[in-house]
Amino acid sequence: MTVTPTPAEVRQSEVGRARRRKEDARLVTGQTRWTDNIQAPGLLHIAFLRSPMAHARITRVDVSAAREMPGVVAAFSGADFGAEQGSLPCAWPVTEDIVIPDHPPMATETVRYVGEAVACVVATDRYRAADALEAIEIDYEPLPPVLDLEKALDADSPLVHDAGNRAYTWTLSNGDVEAAFRDAPVVISRTFRQQRLIPAAMEPRAVVVTPLGDEYTVHTSTQIPHILRFLLASVTGVPEHRLRVIAPDVGGGFGSKLQCTAEEVLCLLAAKRLGRPVKWTESRSEGNLTVHHGRDQLQRVQIAAEADGRLRGMKIDLLADMGAYLMLVTPGIPLLGAFMYNGVYKMAAYDFRCTGVFTTKMPTDAYRGAGRPEATFAIERLMDELAAEIGVDPVEVRRRNWITHGEFPYDTVAGLTYDSGDYEAATEKALQLFGYDKLRAEQKDRRDRGDTVQLGIGISTYTEMCGLAPSRVLGQLGNASGGWEQADVRVLPTGKVEVATGATPHGQGHVTAWSQIAADALGVPFEDVSVVYGDTAVVPRGWDTYGSRSLAIGGVAVHLACEKVKEKARRVAAHLMEIDPGDLEYAEGAFRVRGAPAEQGRSIQELAAAVFNAHDMPEGIEPRLDSSATFDPANFSFPHGTHLCAVEVDTETGFTKIRSYVAVDDVGTVVNPLIVDGQVHGGIAQGIGQALYEEAVHDAEGNLLTTTLADYLVPSAADLPAFVTGRTETPATSNPLGVKGVGEAGTIASTPAVVNGIVDALRHLGVRDVQMPCTPERVWRAIGGAS
Amino acid sequence: MIPARFDYAQPTSLPQAVSVLSDAGEDAKVLAGGQSLLPLLRMRLAYPSVLVDVGCVSELRGVRDEGDHLFVGAMTTQHDLVRDPLIREHCPLVSLTAATVADPAVRHRGTIGGSLAHADPAGDLPSVAVALDMVFVTRSPREERRIAAADFFLDYLESALETDEILVGLEIPKLGPGWTYHYEKFHRTAQAWAIVGAAVAVRRADGHIAEARIGLTNMAPVPVRASSVEAAVAGAAIDDDVLRRACATADEGTSPASDLHATPEYRRHLARVLTRRALATAARA
Repeated sequence: MTVTPTPAEVRQSEVGRARRRKEDARLVTGQTRWTDNIQAPGLLHIAFLRSPMAHARITRVDVSAAREMPGVVAAFSGADFGAEQGSLPCAWPVTEDIVIPDHPPMATETVRYVGEAVACVVATDRYRAADALEAIEIDYEPLPPVLDLEKALDADSPLVHDAGNRAYTWTLSNGDVEAAFRDAPVVISRTFRQQRLIPAAMEPRAVVVTPLGDEYTVHTSTQIPHILRFLLASVTGVPEHRLRVIAPDVGGGFGSKLQCTAEEVLCLLAAKRLGRPVKWTESRSEGNLTVHHGRDQLQRVQIAAEADGRLRGMKIDLLADMGAYLMLVTPGIPLLGAFMYNGVYKMAAYDFRCTGVFTTKMPTDAYRGAGRPEATFAIERLMDELAAEIGVDPVEVRRRNWITHGEFPYDTVAGLTYDSGDYEAATEKALQLFGYDKLRAEQKDRRDRGDTVQLGIGISTYTEMCGLAPSRVLGQLGNASGGWEQADVRVLPTGKVEVATGATPHGQGHVTAWSQIAADALGVPFEDVSVVYGDTAVVPRGWDTYGSRSLAIGGVAVHLACEKVKEKARRVAAHLMEIDPGDLEYAEGAFRVRGAPAEQGRSIQELAAAVFNAHDMPEGIEPRLDSSATFDPANFSFPHGTHLCAVEVDTETGFTKIRSYVAVDDVGTVVNPLIVDGQVHGGIAQGIGQALYEEAVHDAEGNLLTTTLADYLVPSAADLPAFVTGRTETPATSNPLGVKGVGEAGTIASTPAVVNGIVDALRHLGVRDVQMPCTPERVWRAIGGAS
Repeated sequence: MIPARFDYAQPTSLPQAVSVLSDAGEDAKVLAGGQSLLPLLRMRLAYPSVLVDVGCVSELRGVRDEGDHLFVGAMTTQHDLVRDPLIREHCPLVSLTAATVADPAVRHRGTIGGSLAHADPAGDLPSVAVALDMVFVTRSPREERRIAAADFFLDYLESALETDEILVGLEIPKLGPGWTYHYEKFHRTAQAWAIVGAAVAVRRADGHIAEARIGLTNMAPVPVRASSVEAAVAGAAIDDDVLRRACATADEGTSPASDLHATPEYRRHLARVLTRRALATAARA
């Protein structure tokens, strides 16, 4: 007789369930390990004096008066640290002749941006440290600031570094671009400015360095504890095995905490000199000045097309603002865009050139999307301009050019192989959810009536390369890092499961998602899985979290490690049951003889206990029910989707209101729909931030004017509509779970959708572009309000 | 973002507060809700020697009906301005405007007295104060003063308050029946400061605007009345074109600043548009 299990007994798959996040209660209440919550006996506080000049020679530093202030334990200038402070690392020399200037964590001879650290005070509390900063005397001999990307390359420009203001020029070319443009029926040329952005993670950066003999524990609000450990070792000379780096809970990063910062190095050096623990927590204004900035590119872009809108080729000429120095991956950021300017489209020829330029501003580096939002913005804006030029609907011009579902895998003109995708399905679904035709009708009606408020529809059909990445490809691109990820899975004696991941979260929900993956692979309850991370003493290996890589690399590693644990458990079970391992099947968390009832099998819990006491182990099996796995995919993952944005533009004031927003994303297999929605919502909000609100503004002397959140505007929920999200699921072929990254997708897609919407609302008034952020005044001026 | 050292006093009565403030000398500052002062301290843009926290002074709290006006204690929070039944009934422009200030967290701490004494022309309540001709009741060791709104705001962040003088409360005239109100605030994000704002009270009669009072936010170093528009709309029909013509001079006599969010030219344009919209909304309410 066969017994059919009742539905309640059939284990529901965890992958795909909208599990609420295990980690949220402690994160949102703050009852957790933020770095600033870390205390240590005898803790000292460090405060940094920062350059008020964008470019100057330091002629005198006198910290002696600060040393006499109450509560002050020490005060240091850059010269005091001398050679010991080394040079902050750049791990991505993109060309052989790239200029990588020396970058002392604390300036010694010359300051090159406002905010650069020039001295520090270590005191018994933060107040005394801050007071003592005012007693430090510094004389500067001003040098001319270098602020304009184009003028910086002029022969007579003042120099940021003696080797010149050009850091590198990197090119990529495929096909005959000149032929594509020669006699092309349609050529569209535009210059877009990707304004400089300030990553505004909710948690400011903080560092606590605790010495114990010659060993140092570095708590820091970082995305990259593993990478940072060897970087700190190489910069300061403290041996790697004497350094333990802990990223406790981290409140957001968006790339800004993918860095080896001056403050991390200087806190370590101060703790080393003083033999006492040292803490630093930045203020928001300090962060706006000195967290590495994002974007800041001048894009000169051209497409050539047939009369019916089919693309022939594309030319991209970029100037990318490096800022004053090359930080961890500064020069490589525009390259991540180089492979994405063609977007989801087919074309025969492509030419890309990027010059990295030094200026006397805070260095730029990774910021959510890193190169890909810039590229996607350019192509998606151009596709709308092309549609207008040839007089077809912007959706139609995309249909005529995109890679069709049947053409995958597809080798793109930029040299990537897109493994999978279904642009038709995502677009159809988005149009339906959006009510596209109805909105177009309303738009026409408002135009006809000459309504004060005009409606615009912006579309963005994006894809992106993420899940960084195949180690081999990173090597080919000159990036010093690897791209694999590691997981350890341990079945504890009681049968509970501990997952140690090298992919360190900073808010993404790894604990929940990894629990779901492990629960499915091992057949154990979701609640029985815990996840440890972020501590190099607990998880020694990993490449951490950035580039939407965690799930597609680190999550897959968890899955593979579980499979290895299961194979080990199979051999133990077979031994105990005196049967051939091949005759066992694993289901519902137990090994049993094929076809036999579950209760006659051995559960993973029983096997864990048996392995723990090791009374009866098979030959050659160590008494540990655990395993490690690394995963290094053969290809990136390529999420894609279609975003549609309806904006209402008040033509009297220039104010833009987002009326509705639909995002249909294809991120492959979805592990947790709640987490995916959260990532998409946050990503869209951040992309809207670039489109409408955010811009780091400097004055003519190079002072940052947007040092507070009253000046640097970021959107809040009150400024945004309720996002409508939908999904299609086309599994990735580059990993066994079929998953793709989702962390950056929303940001990449949304910026052009919003700006396309604004231009669409105003095109009949002669508007062809609006510089980001599209502030009310800029929109008003674009309409001609000023005339 | 660490303030420099200061002393802290917490008087529990008005006479005590006046005496403490007076004894503390010129570099003392009164702390109300702290929503403007604390950021200045944290950025070390202000170095007061003593903070006199008036949060426990009961005489500064409460809203009373005093016949032809309400008395609103200086420590009344913006949240209470939004909710208070007397204010909602007799001075609804104050409630409407307070509801647009920053966000709920700020409104629960920020006070009407602190906001007005700070004298920031970008604040929302100062333009209401001049539009409604509020009277500022103050106390110093020498005297109790009643200062007209038109005389209170002297310059950017500068008021008629002497350094030893405490703002006790506001007398807010009841305009009486027949008046309707609107505050038209233009800002880039929900929590951002007004780029420009127009606070409007309108008295209707016979389907026309009989009388209007208009205060402008952020169009000069101090809040200003749009007097020429007030004159132009007296007796005007409630009609968009009529109002548009009347509001063409809304920026007359203003001297708006240039900052990250707007140029003076744009602010002047906004003043015209927002004044018209505020008048139209109020007149059709």
